[in-house]
Amino acid sequence: MQKYSVFSLVKNALSNHENWDLAWKDPTPKKEYDVVIIGGGGHGLATAYYLAKEHNITNVAIIEKGWIGGGNVGRNTTIIRSNYMHDDNALFSEFGMDLWRRMSQDLNYNVMFSPRGIINLAHSDAQMNTYARRGNSMRLNGIDAVLLNREEVREIIPMADFSENVRFPIFGGLMQPSAGTARHDAVAWGYARQADDMGVDIIQNCEVIGFDVSAGKINGVRTSRGDIKAKKIGLCVAGSTNILAEKLNMTLPIETHLLQACVSEPVKPVLDKVVTFGAGHFYISQSDKGEMVMGGDLDGYNSYAQRGNLPTLQHVLTEGIAMMPFLSKLKMLRTWGGIMDMSMDGSPIIDKTHIEGLYLNCGWCYGGFKATPASGWTFAHTIAQDRVHELNAGYSLNRFNTGHLLDEKGLGTKTWIS
Amino acid sequence: MLHIKCPHCGLRSQNEFSYGGDATVKRPELGKEISDKDWDNFVYNRKSLRGKHWELWQHLSGCRQWIKVQRDTATHEIFKTLKANEEIS
Repeated sequence: MQKYSVFSLVKNALSNHENWDLAWKDPTPKKEYDVVIIGGGGHGLATAYYLAKEHNITNVAIIEKGWIGGGNVGRNTTIIRSNYMHDDNALFSEFGMDLWRRMSQDLNYNVMFSPRGIINLAHSDAQMNTYARRGNSMRLNGIDAVLLNREEVREIIPMADFSENVRFPIFGGLMQPSAGTARHDAVAWGYARQADDMGVDIIQNCEVIGFDVSAGKINGVRTSRGDIKAKKIGLCVAGSTNILAEKLNMTLPIETHLLQACVSEPVKPVLDKVVTFGAGHFYISQSDKGEMVMGGDLDGYNSYAQRGNLPTLQHVLTEGIAMMPFLSKLKMLRTWGGIMDMSMDGSPIIDKTHIEGLYLNCGWCYGGFKATPASGWTFAHTIAQDRVHELNAGYSLNRFNTGHLLDEKGLGTKTWIS
Repeated sequence: MLHIKCPHCGLRSQNEFSYGGDATVKRPELGKEISDKDWDNFVYNRKSLRGKHWELWQHLSGCRQWIKVQRDTATHEIFKTLKANEEIS
């Protein structure tokens, strides 16, 4: 594989950039693989990469119905953070933060990781207390957290509404300085390029039609491009999890819901942090191109549509304007939607299943993108060793049965309620 | 924008409604022995169908009644609505 560097850039410039290698191949599926990963999103690509890199398992196929990076990894608001209170979430996410910090070097691909910091705004004394508690929990787990008062927040984000007569005055905020953003497409492409180089077959336009299961064991998968045998299969399909689960006669603690995001027209640099509104559900950052990248609530009903409705967008942007009034002057450039695998406690599932050789990775709710490296790393471990790693031990499928829920936000089973 | 035909009030915009989830989930009968699996299925496990889906909505900013709606989760087309006490046929 050609290494990307300033030298290769200069060298290829001399030939008008016509001789770059393909970043990944377009192979015809083989009859059999050691491991098949279903879903060519960020998590699936990362899983294949870590299977090859950490476990030396390279006879691997990624099967993708559409094209790689066309789902949620290309539809999110690119936020990366580990500001969780519960140990299982905090340690898992912070492990991921280390992978994010090294990712551009590891993948030889500039993922534009920008640890610019995230601020969760508080709008009441009670919320400040809650944030103090969460910040303390984070620090106990080695994650950086800073509790900011109103004046400290004002210094960092003076464009927010600090006037006296607002419905939700800013009391302060909780900041994780090491959080940030990354170029989401680059993450998918970087993992794909390295995985392909190590021998992984990335098979696009290949839809799963069914599974070959006998005597409680998985033997393979039936696809639109023929049958593929594999003793180990990993499901990594986010919002489509229930569609595949139905083919396996499994019913999961997952509902598929719609989440929208949007960007404004590009403007000059105004915001160098990720900021979330604490009295509702709204988050914002500014992209390198200058667009304000925004998102918020789910549309609130089961959906596979990958496109949303205006009432939710209006509601979300009303919160945004309440927080930063200058947003009302901006034109909207683009809106889009993605389908979220909402789990019943708001936390993901990375586990084995009752079918031998079938592994499950789902339930990422709103937080899938930032988890990409840690999810891939732990899922690869779970598949390769046929046992969960301590980092994803809390993300078990049977926690709903045993009562060991990971209800970070205290939302109960209806995590789609906004 | 979804337009939902409330069986009590007629066609209204989605803004007046709030969502209540899968309408086919039945609470296990009171006073009967319930297996863990049945309870799991009631509390946590959902089919989350792609396609026609019966679901509960509440006409929160209208008559405040709960209703049943059959909607396509891929296209958002609404086929039928029923009062809460009407059985899904």
